[in-house]
Amino acid sequence: MKKEVLKVDNLNMHYETLSGNVSAVKNVSFTIHEGESFGLVGESGCGKTSVAMSLLQLQADNAKISSGSIKLEGRELVGLSESELRKVRWDSISIVFQGAMNAWNPVIKIGEQIREAIREHYPSNTKQQNIEKIKELFEIVGLKEEIMDRYPHELSGGMKQRAVIALALSCNPKVVIADEPTTALDVVIQDQILKEIKKVQELLGLSLIYISHDIAVIAEMTSQMAVMYAGSIVEIGPTKEIFSNPKHAYTRLLLESTPSVVGEKKKLRSLDGEPPSLIDDIKGCSFSPRCPNPTEECKNGTKDMRLIKVGEGHYADSCCVECG
Amino acid sequence: MENNEKDIRKAIRKEALRKNVNLFRSSKLGKTGLIIVAFFAFLAILQPILFLTGIWNDGVYHPVVGYDASKTEFLVVECPRDYPTEKYESRADCPAKGEINKSIIFDPNVKVGQLYEANVQPAPPSSKHILGTDSLGRDIFSQIMEGSQVAFLLGLLSATLGVAISTILGSIAAFYGGRVDAYLMRQSDLILMLPFLPLLFIISAFVELKVWHLAVVLGILGGLGGSVITIKSAALQVKVKPFVDSARITGGSRMRILFSHILPNVAPLALLFMVFSVTGAIASESVLSFLGLLNIDMSWGLMIYLSQTDGYIFSGLEYWWLILPAGLSVTFLAGGFYLVGRGLDEVFNPRLRGR
Amino acid sequence: MKQNLVEVKNLEKYFETSGGLLSRKKNVVKAVDDISFNIPVGESLGLVGQSGCGKTTTARALCLLDPKTNGDIKFLNRETNLLESIDNLDGEELKKFRRNIQMIFQDPYESLNPRWTIKDIILEPLNIHNIGSLSDRDDAVVEILKTVGLTPPENYLPRYPHELSGGQRQRVSIARTLIMKPKFVVCDEPTSMLDVSIRISIMDLMLNLAKDLEVSYLYITHDLAVARYMCNTIAVMFNGKIVEIAETEELLSNPIHPYTKRLISSIPIPDPSYERKVYDLNYDELDSIIAKDTEKKGMVDIGNQHYVATHDVKGLL
Repeated sequence: MKKEVLKVDNLNMHYETLSGNVSAVKNVSFTIHEGESFGLVGESGCGKTSVAMSLLQLQADNAKISSGSIKLEGRELVGLSESELRKVRWDSISIVFQGAMNAWNPVIKIGEQIREAIREHYPSNTKQQNIEKIKELFEIVGLKEEIMDRYPHELSGGMKQRAVIALALSCNPKVVIADEPTTALDVVIQDQILKEIKKVQELLGLSLIYISHDIAVIAEMTSQMAVMYAGSIVEIGPTKEIFSNPKHAYTRLLLESTPSVVGEKKKLRSLDGEPPSLIDDIKGCSFSPRCPNPTEECKNGTKDMRLIKVGEGHYADSCCVECG
Repeated sequence: MENNEKDIRKAIRKEALRKNVNLFRSSKLGKTGLIIVAFFAFLAILQPILFLTGIWNDGVYHPVVGYDASKTEFLVVECPRDYPTEKYESRADCPAKGEINKSIIFDPNVKVGQLYEANVQPAPPSSKHILGTDSLGRDIFSQIMEGSQVAFLLGLLSATLGVAISTILGSIAAFYGGRVDAYLMRQSDLILMLPFLPLLFIISAFVELKVWHLAVVLGILGGLGGSVITIKSAALQVKVKPFVDSARITGGSRMRILFSHILPNVAPLALLFMVFSVTGAIASESVLSFLGLLNIDMSWGLMIYLSQTDGYIFSGLEYWWLILPAGLSVTFLAGGFYLVGRGLDEVFNPRLRGR
Repeated sequence: MKQNLVEVKNLEKYFETSGGLLSRKKNVVKAVDDISFNIPVGESLGLVGQSGCGKTTTARALCLLDPKTNGDIKFLNRETNLLESIDNLDGEELKKFRRNIQMIFQDPYESLNPRWTIKDIILEPLNIHNIGSLSDRDDAVVEILKTVGLTPPENYLPRYPHELSGGQRQRVSIARTLIMKPKFVVCDEPTSMLDVSIRISIMDLMLNLAKDLEVSYLYITHDLAVARYMCNTIAVMFNGKIVEIAETEELLSNPIHPYTKRLISSIPIPDPSYERKVYDLNYDELDSIIAKDTEKKGMVDIGNQHYVATHDVKGLL
C-alpha cells in the first residue's frame, strides 16, 4: 500500500461577502498517495480552484476555512500561522497556476525569479548551487540553459509554461497542483507540456493534483479522479473505472456531452440550464435543477446525500446514482 | 404583454438604481462628499427662501446692499501722545476694547468719559448676524449663501459645457482616426501647454468677466484640454469591442455607432470628469475674484478679496469672520465635489470596489 | 453539384510593420497568405487552426470588417442567382449585402453592448435596415427569443446583458444574428468561453437553426472535435495558409498533410483506455505531393474532394 501523502478530510470553505457567507467548498474529502496523479474535474463555480487554493492557504482575504482538515505527510495544515505556512508552501506543496504564463514579473530575468523562490526555502545555498539546481530543472522540463538569463517577454507561451513548471519544482515539493496549466496553449504545445509533466512526475516520484474542466485531459493524465459540482464531490474513484462505469447522473451527462475526434460520430446529450453559481443556495440536491428526472425527495433534500460505495474504491453521491 | 414588459423594465431599473445607490453609500468618501455638497446646496436655496418668507429683512441682510445700522456703546477716551502710560502700554492698546478715541468722533459736543454710540463695522458674530458683518455692514452669512449660489452655478455650468465638448471631441477623434484624430490631439496638446491662470488674467484684461463669461471660458478651456485625450482613449477601448464590430457588420452607419454605442459607454467616465471639473471651476473663480479680476457682485473669492483690500487679512484671528468662512467654504465645497467624484468612481469602476 | 454560396479565391491579408525606430524597411506580416475555398449552399465549413494562424483575420475579411489586401470574394446574390464579387460594394449595395452575412463572436461578455437592453440589442438589425412596422419588429424579437430557448421572452426583453449568464448571452447573440435570416454566418469560436456542459446545447441550437433557415456557417475553432460536430467540411489552417481541406470524416480518418497529422495526434481523448494514434510524420509523402503540383496551383486534389497544400512547411513544423 502506497504511502499517504495528502489527506483532505471534510474540508469546508466559504467566502465572506457583503451579502453574507457564500459556501464554496462543501465537505470535500480525498486522499492522495505517493506518486499518484489525481484529477479534479468540474465546470466554473464547482469549487475546484477554491480547493486548490485552500490546500496552499492562498485564498483571498475574505475566504475562510470553516472546518475540516488537510494533512500533508501527516502534518495538519489548517490552523497553521502564516510564517509556518510559508515554510510548507513550495517546499512540500507547490502549484502551477491558471494563466501562469502571465505570472512572471516582466522586469526580472527568469532565472532570478526562480532563484528568489529557492532562496526563500534554502537560504543557506550559495548562488552557484541555486544556478546548478535551475540547470537541472530546466533539463527536466526541456528548456535550454540560456533561458535563465532571458526576460519573460522573450519567451514563447510554451516556454513560459515550462518555466512555470520548473518554478513549481524548484524546492523539491512532494505534491504539485496543476490548475488548468494548459489553457490558452495550442493543442500541439499542450500535448508536449502534458507529456513533460508526466515525465517529470515519474522521474521525481511526485504526487500530482490535476485540475481541469477538460475531461479528455483528465482521462489521459490521471489515475484517480473526482468530479465536483456546486462545491461538493459528486463522484470519486479510479479514472478508468469512472469513465467506463460512471454512476452519478452529472458524470454521465458530462461524459456524454463531450465531442471527440475518434469513434463514431454520435448524437451528444446536452444539459439544460447552467452550472449553479456559488451564491445560489439550492435546497436539496444541488444537481436537481438540471437532472433529467429528479424525484421529489431530491428537490426537498430529504433524500440521503452521502457518498456511497458503488465500486472498488469508487464512490458517488447517492442522490443522483439512480437518476438520469 | 406590453404592460408586463414595462413593469419588468421599471422593476429592473429600480433594482439597478438601488444597487448603485447602495454601492455609493458604502463608499465613505462618496457619502461624505455628498453630505458636504448637499449642505452647501441647502445654503444656496435657503437664502431666497429667507428673503421671500420675510424672515430676513432685505435692507439689512442683502449680501451686496444690505446694511446693519445697529450701534454699540463705547466709552469716549482721549488717546495720549506718548507711551507707555499708566493705562496703556503702547499706541496699539489705545483705544481698548469698549473704548473709542475722541479724535475720530465728528460731533464736537462729545466729551471724554461719556458713552457714545457708534457703528462698528466689521462687527463680530452676534445673535443678529451669525457670522458677523463685513466692513460695509453686510451680513457675512448671507454672503456665504450668495457665494454658494455662484459656486454651484459657475461650477455646474462650466463642467457641463466642458464635458460636453470633450466627450464629443474625444469620441470623434477615436472613431474617425486619421487626420481628424491627429488635429484634435495637437489642439489638445496646445491647450494643455497654455498656462491656465495667466491666460485667464489676459482674458480678463480684454474682456469684462462676469460669472457667465467665466463659466463659458472655463468650460471651453477645460473641454478642449487634456480630458479630450482621456475620453478618446476610453472611446478607443469601446471601439474595438465585439459589439461594435457586430453593429458594423449588421450595417450600422458610423453616426449610429458613434452615438448609440460609443457615447453611452463613455458617458460614465465623462460624468466623472464633470464632477472633478466642478472642483477646478470653484477654485479658479475664487482665485480670480481674490485677485480682483472678476466683475462679480458677490462670491467667496470676492469676500476674501475685500478683506484683503480693507487690510484685515493680516489681522490674525481678530477679524476671523471676514476670512475663514469664505476660505473654508471654497475648500469644503471643492473638496466635497471631489469626494462625490471618488464615490461615483467606485460605482462605475467595479475594480475599485471593496468586497 | 450544389451551388456555391461563397467562393473565396487567393485571399491575402498583409500587415505592414515598420522595422524599428530608425529603419525605413517595412516588415510584411502575411496573416492570410493566398487561401481559397468554397462553401456550398446549406453546408458548413470548419476553419481549424491554432492561435495566430489567420483564421480570425480571414473571417473579418469575409465580413468586410477589415479590408483585404488581395483576392476575390464572391457571394451568391439571392435575386440574380449569380455569384457576384463583393469587392466594390458601397452605399446601398453594401448595406443590402450586410443583411446576408453575420458574425457570432467568441466572448459572450463583450459582444453585447452593456448599456442596451436585450430587446434593443436584438431589434437593432431590424432598425438599421428598416424592416417591417414597429409592431412587426417587436413580434419578430419575441419569436426569435422563443426560438433560441430564452422563454418566457418577457423576462429577457427588458434585461441588461450583465444580468444574464454566458450561455444566455450567446443565445442573445445568436438571436440577434439570425433575426435577419442571413444566409451566411461566421462563427468565431462561439462556445470556447462557455462551460462544457452547455456547449452542446448551444451547438445543437445552431445546427437546428442552420437546417430550418438554410444558413451556412464558417465555423472557426481550434478544437477539431467541435469542428467535427458542426461542419461537413474542414479546412486546416497553418501560418496563414490552408494546408488541407476535406470532408470531415475523410479528413479525420485519412489525414495526409504532416501538420494535420500532428494536430490530430495531439488531441487528448476522453477515454483512458484509448491509445492515441501516432502518425508517422515523415516528409516523403509531403514531397511526393509537392511534386504532383506541376502547375503550381498550391493545392493538389487527392481525390474524393480532398485537397492538400503543396507549400513546403518543413522548416516551420
